[in-house]
Amino acid sequence: MVSRALVKEFQRILGKEQVFLEEIDRATYAYDAAVLEPVLPAVVLRPRSAEELGRVTALCHENGLPLTVRGAGTNLSGGSIPSSGGVVVLTTALNKILEINEADLFAVVQPGVVTARLMAAVEAKGLFYPPDPGSMAVCTLGGNVAENAGGLRGLKYGVTRDYVMGLTFFAASGETVKTGSRTVKCVSGYNLAALLVGSEGTLGVVSEIILKLIPLPPARRAMMATFDGVGKASETVAAIIAQRIVPATLEFLDNFTIRTVEDYSKAGLPVDAAALLLIEVDGHPAVVAEEAEKVEAICRQMGAARIHVARDAAERDRVWSARRSALPALAKLKPTCVLEDATVPRSKIPAMIQALEDISRKFALPIGTFGHAGDGNLHPTILTDRRDKKEWSRVEAAVDAIFEKALELGGTLSGEHGIGTAKSRFLEKEFGRGTILFSKKIKAAVDPHNILNPGKIIGE
Amino acid sequence: MSSLRALAKLLKQLEDQLVVCMRCGLCQAVCPLFAETGREADVARGKLALLDGLAREIFENPKGVQDRLARCLLCGSCAANCPSGVKVLDIFIRARAILAGYLGLPPWKKVLFRRVLSKPELFNRILGWGAKFQGIFLKPVDDLLGSSCSRFLSPLLKGRHLRPLAKVPLHRQTPTLNTPPGASGLKVAFFVGCLIDKVFPQVGEAVLKVLERHGVGVYLPRGQACCGIPALSGGDTAAFKEMLNHNLDLFGAESWDYLITACATCASTIKKMWPLLAQEDGAAEQARISAVADRVLDVSQLLADQVGLAPGGPAGEGDKITITYHDPCHLKKSLGVTAQPRSLVRANPDYELTEMAKADWCCGCGGSFNLQHYEISSAIGRRKVENVLKSGAAAVATGCPACMLQLTDLLSRAGAKVRVRHAVEIYAEALRPSGGLE
Ligand SMILES: Cc1cc2nc3c(=O)[nH]c(=O)nc-3n(C[C@H](O)[C@H](O)[C@H](O)COP(=O)(O)OP(=O)(O)OC[C@H]3O[C@@H](n4cnc5c(N)ncnc54)[C@H](O)[C@@H]3O)c2cc1C
Ligand code: SF4
Ligand code: SF4
Ligand code: SF4
Repeated sequence: MVSRALVKEFQRILGKEQVFLEEIDRATYAYDAAVLEPVLPAVVLRPRSAEELGRVTALCHENGLPLTVRGAGTNLSGGSIPSSGGVVVLTTALNKILEINEADLFAVVQPGVVTARLMAAVEAKGLFYPPDPGSMAVCTLGGNVAENAGGLRGLKYGVTRDYVMGLTFFAASGETVKTGSRTVKCVSGYNLAALLVGSEGTLGVVSEIILKLIPLPPARRAMMATFDGVGKASETVAAIIAQRIVPATLEFLDNFTIRTVEDYSKAGLPVDAAALLLIEVDGHPAVVAEEAEKVEAICRQMGAARIHVARDAAERDRVWSARRSALPALAKLKPTCVLEDATVPRSKIPAMIQALEDISRKFALPIGTFGHAGDGNLHPTILTDRRDKKEWSRVEAAVDAIFEKALELGGTLSGEHGIGTAKSRFLEKEFGRGTILFSKKIKAAVDPHNILNPGKIIGE
Repeated sequence: MSSLRALAKLLKQLEDQLVVCMRCGLCQAVCPLFAETGREADVARGKLALLDGLAREIFENPKGVQDRLARCLLCGSCAANCPSGVKVLDIFIRARAILAGYLGLPPWKKVLFRRVLSKPELFNRILGWGAKFQGIFLKPVDDLLGSSCSRFLSPLLKGRHLRPLAKVPLHRQTPTLNTPPGASGLKVAFFVGCLIDKVFPQVGEAVLKVLERHGVGVYLPRGQACCGIPALSGGDTAAFKEMLNHNLDLFGAESWDYLITACATCASTIKKMWPLLAQEDGAAEQARISAVADRVLDVSQLLADQVGLAPGGPAGEGDKITITYHDPCHLKKSLGVTAQPRSLVRANPDYELTEMAKADWCCGCGGSFNLQHYEISSAIGRRKVENVLKSGAAAVATGCPACMLQLTDLLSRAGAKVRVRHAVEIYAEALRPSGGLE
């Protein structure tokens, strides 16, 4: 419970306007993008400075109040759904890009900066911040750090983790903790950033992020190749990498997704193709030209039925619109769409696709699969109606089966969407009891009152 | 509680549409209101969650939900960008009606919607006085008239640099017309709309001139009522239906090929909202409405797609006037019309079209939203003004009189000397009597 006195204290620190008490307002911070039941927080706070953020964190600690930080609320695993009676702390007012350093190639940002805004700001200076989650137009860098978000460019450029040079965060007790630095090399102290990245708000409240930037690749070329078998597509991916070419993006669409996208956008996709690869190489213009030619040749050798290389920006856009349309097209088929995230080693993609087809048949559920073929991160998307109780139990069983299979193939529960509450009960299966216990010990040591996003990742 | 259950039941009608929202949050990227406030209750996802909660009886505060729903420009940016295809505006309009039906309308709205807007003669007369009695009537007249999407009682609203009412509204200059098709072989009915009639009659004149030069027959009936969007956004379905019936009778009396407007808001209301509200009204009524709604075109669509634009002539003496174009939400996001109005502008050789950044970002007007939330509305508009100014253009064209009002207000408050024009005015300027371009 949040007492009257405590509310007054929050109001004193933040100003009345930044403390949302009305049930109706709180109800708009009870959910995220995961298909889970909403939970109403007791109060919602909107600090406007790092200092305020630290003070409210300390207050929650002193009062044993569960605290859930919320960026844009787009995560797909329940990470920003609060505990009942808990506090939601918004980072939307902490949205300043503090520095873009062109000499030393880094940016310093507050956690509420929207990812696409930083990307545009650095691109205007000829620099590049690569991690590009599909939600980048709205998600925040704080959320990206806390989820270790990935994106389409993961294979060549890595994920959020690979760009975090340093962090400032508040420990549960409100003390300021700093890790990393503005230098390329830094071995001073424990690598706490590595612990915080992907911690989903359970270990600390991030208040400032130092992100690595790289030069913007001057050229890029996209192409689309279609295949009459998933195996062929997958072997093509392996062959491209075996030739020592690492494309910036290597995306995959299965037949169900191709057909759905074609129905939706009439872009002229081959509806009988078993798989479609969207490939983009980038870098120095001469290298791009050479690599694009090589990739095209490899696709041909591997038996691609059709290859289309984008000649200009408009054609490139057309190639990518097929990928961009995947989720919107699938989502429109049924009221509810469950976007999964199971990830397997690259070479196991054909086996995983086969398993997904079997699961789709076994549970009588339409599943469209698309995703990042380069890194084995697939997004099987189950289409359903969550109001249909019977079907919903089949969905839950299908999701379990997907996890089982991914683990069996040496993969992992989640490539980028996080564990949250949605997948926490499977974590032990992936890592074993010892791992859970160790994680719980860390959590208990740094957050003795268990106020930081309790229940997420490692369960209660 | 029992009556709240009844409300929940009514809201359940929306369930099939509500459930489509997957809470992805992507509407945050395009909602002009959210861009200013950062509050979830201001973005579509938040409002949809509130309606869902009310329908599922998770909380019991219909008034609170109604207030949050009213904070919305009904610009449709969210719907146009939604990956899941949520019919956000349909839901909001129907929910507003359900909530207004449950909670009752405030008296001033009742008077406005039922007694004034649905009675064109009376509406015209009151506006006539409006200008005369500015000082005396301040509060009631402001409420009464300013709340329609056409907040044209300009001189009454302090601090706003609005255009005054036209001295001679279009319905005085050209009360009625009924001409046969000419060279084009087409005849159109012209739905003028309140703002063009009363504030920008010169836009209506430009439309008539262009139609005449292109040999398009015109049916312009006397006594047109408002398209009904103020009543709809206020949740007053009864008043809306009165306006609808009046208009259907009026326009059903003659045969024509297309119903045209130069008001993006009117076009989108007629095309999208008229059929929506007829859903429960039986097949005959639906057919009567689609007979009109299916044939609505923005004037730029008629000219560019059906009639064909006159070929551009040589430019006049002197420098070209640079002009930029603002996409009205109700043209681009509701009807998907973006190229045609630009073609109208390009057809005039005296102008040079230069695009501004974010040409389709809402101008912040949003009808009555502007009145009730003037500060936020202006803040949204200031982003627009910045982009207009950065484009360096000497004029800005658009396709909706409501946007023209908002742009005029904001540009003049910013002290900018940028003229605000309707795309059809620019085109009309260039037309020779023969139908070619001057
Ligand atoms: C359509 C769609 C596409 C997506 N595509 C991708 C994709 O391609 N790749 C990918 O990786 N993800 C993707 N996601 C998932 C999601 O967008 C990411 O997880 C994103 O990083 C979440 O950011 P957010 O700002 O919305 O954070 P939120 O959802 O608000 O929060 C996420 C977690 O971070 C914690 N948190 C937020 N800020 C802080 C802070 N300052 N300090 C401590 N903890 C904090 C929260 O408590 C929560 O546990 C997608 C989601 C959607 C809806
Ligand atoms: S974009 Fe559409 S589906 Fe996503 S939250 Fe907004 S309304 Fe819902
Ligand atoms: S209609 Fe416009 S203002 Fe209203 S929620 Fe949608 S985008 Fe926001
Ligand atoms: S949309 Fe057009 S007709 Fe309707 S109220 Fe506004 S100006 Fe009048």
